[in-house]
Amino acid sequence: MLPARLPLQRPPGAKLAAIDARGAITHGPRSRFAELVEPGDLVVANDAATLPASLAGVHESTGAPIEVRLAQRRSLDPEDVHEFVAVVFGAGDHHVRTEDRAPPPELAPGDALVLGPARAKIVMRLGHPRLVLLRFEGPASGVWAALARHGRPIQYAHLRPDLALWDVWTPIAGAPAAFEAPSAGFALDWRTLARLRERGIGFATLTHAAGISSTGDAALDRLLPLDEPYRIPEATARAIAGAKERGGRVVAVGTTVVRALEAAAAPDGTVRAGPGIATQRIGPATRLAVVDAILSGTHEPGTSHYELLGAFAAARTLAAAGRELEARGYRTHEFGDSVLVFSRALARAASRSAAA
Amino acid sequence: MNPSKDYTALAGYRIAVTGGTSGLGLALAREWHREGARVAFVARTGSEVERIAAELPGSIGIVGDVARKEDIHAIALQALGGLGGLDVLVNNASSLGPVPLALLADTECEELEEALATNLVGPFRLTRAVLGALRASAAEGRGGVVLNISSDAAVTPYPGWGAYGSSKAALAHLSAIWDRELEGEGVRVLARDPGDMDTPLHRIAVPGADPATLLQPEASARELTRVIVAELEGIARQRAPQAAAA
Repeated sequence: MLPARLPLQRPPGAKLAAIDARGAITHGPRSRFAELVEPGDLVVANDAATLPASLAGVHESTGAPIEVRLAQRRSLDPEDVHEFVAVVFGAGDHHVRTEDRAPPPELAPGDALVLGPARAKIVMRLGHPRLVLLRFEGPASGVWAALARHGRPIQYAHLRPDLALWDVWTPIAGAPAAFEAPSAGFALDWRTLARLRERGIGFATLTHAAGISSTGDAALDRLLPLDEPYRIPEATARAIAGAKERGGRVVAVGTTVVRALEAAAAPDGTVRAGPGIATQRIGPATRLAVVDAILSGTHEPGTSHYELLGAFAAARTLAAAGRELEARGYRTHEFGDSVLVFSRALARAASRSAAA
Repeated sequence: MNPSKDYTALAGYRIAVTGGTSGLGLALAREWHREGARVAFVARTGSEVERIAAELPGSIGIVGDVARKEDIHAIALQALGGLGGLDVLVNNASSLGPVPLALLADTECEELEEALATNLVGPFRLTRAVLGALRASAAEGRGGVVLNISSDAAVTPYPGWGAYGSSKAALAHLSAIWDRELEGEGVRVLARDPGDMDTPLHRIAVPGADPATLLQPEASARELTRVIVAELEGIARQRAPQAAAA
């Protein structure tokens, strides 16, 4: 598929392919999303704002230029902004494909990094020359100020012009927690939220620290997604219980929502409110306990996002859909077109209740 | 009306104010800080921000200019990041336009644009940047209130107040429309006139004014805080009956 090259969250021609529970696919404008969900259903989105997680700087002892991409923190506590797992690149910037970026100088525990107004120290290496745990110095408010002043959103070689922070905040962005944009949420403007409400469709949010999607390094990418902290509000857990009780479907906006809800799920489909860490990998073998459908960007085979779609639809269905999206000129990546995939488990449930 | 009850209701709320190092904004920040709210305040001058942050321990001081597009998301990031979300935003930072005040025919276009940038476009941008957080707060039954500081000059056509008055009139109308549009989300957008106060802005506008005829900003801050608390309580009752009953 062609990458979307302009950072427009809601381009006028955005497309949406819907794959129903039996694997049949239909096409239309993305604005019809609110019409494809039914009264009684609940749409759940990730309201994480995106951090300016890319910090240019120097490795103090060698003077070598580096780029640090923050990739993980332990919790969403506003004070817990000192220790981050980070991917470190050497000289160059995002105009060079990540695959071709120079490695950083050798990083040893205790090494200082000067990142604009911020200083950080390497705490330890994490089993890969690019992957480290680092620790910022100073108070939490100073770390937030340094990120705000010096950090930039993680950039992509396929996008022109460079991304500003407002390009990567979804319309519903709240607490800053994501390292890369929870981009499925770009589709949700406030008119869509109003339309959902008019149609009697619920809407709720959680906050999930969407991590980096790809580093261009195969060994590193095999570790993705990293464990990701999330928080589910009480009101959202209640809304999910309500939807299940009335036989409504839970529609996740983005892979991060699937990860958070399934991590917080009890086998009976109830969801624990509060903070948690999503550690599981979701794929074809996963039995989904909570989520019945996903609105997502288009993804290509081999990515963890594509693998996650395998929990909703059979490999054959996804492969056929992929060929159709390709033929119809769907665009991929963060600012691309969308797919809405209903879980095939819904078809099994429907035929069971029809047989009963 | 028991004022002490109003103020305990603020404990734990996350509140941000622009223009927070002098006049009404500072009085609001002090009031909320005293009452246990978690406060972020924004102002343009770094040394002033440091001074007030030292006076109000635990508060988050943010250096930025709401009139500058490039500053808006940096301000929002620090407020939302440092507070972990937001329940209340007060857009208080204001520009008079031409100083000393000038007749409209003597007002440079750039001076009108400057008043609009600070008094209308800045509050619009900042509100938009934090609206997701306010929506989330309302959905959790906590809050979701934007209070835009207006003026009687938004209603009465005082000669000499053209840039300021017309920008504040636009802000008041924007607030009214936005409030209607966000009804379903549980987010309130209000505009309030705090009255003529003895503040640096007023001293610049009316250099000879007798302070005795003016309100003290602390009194206006208490009044506006009562308005905010009433809205927060209303949202809590409406959105989360269980939480409000607890």
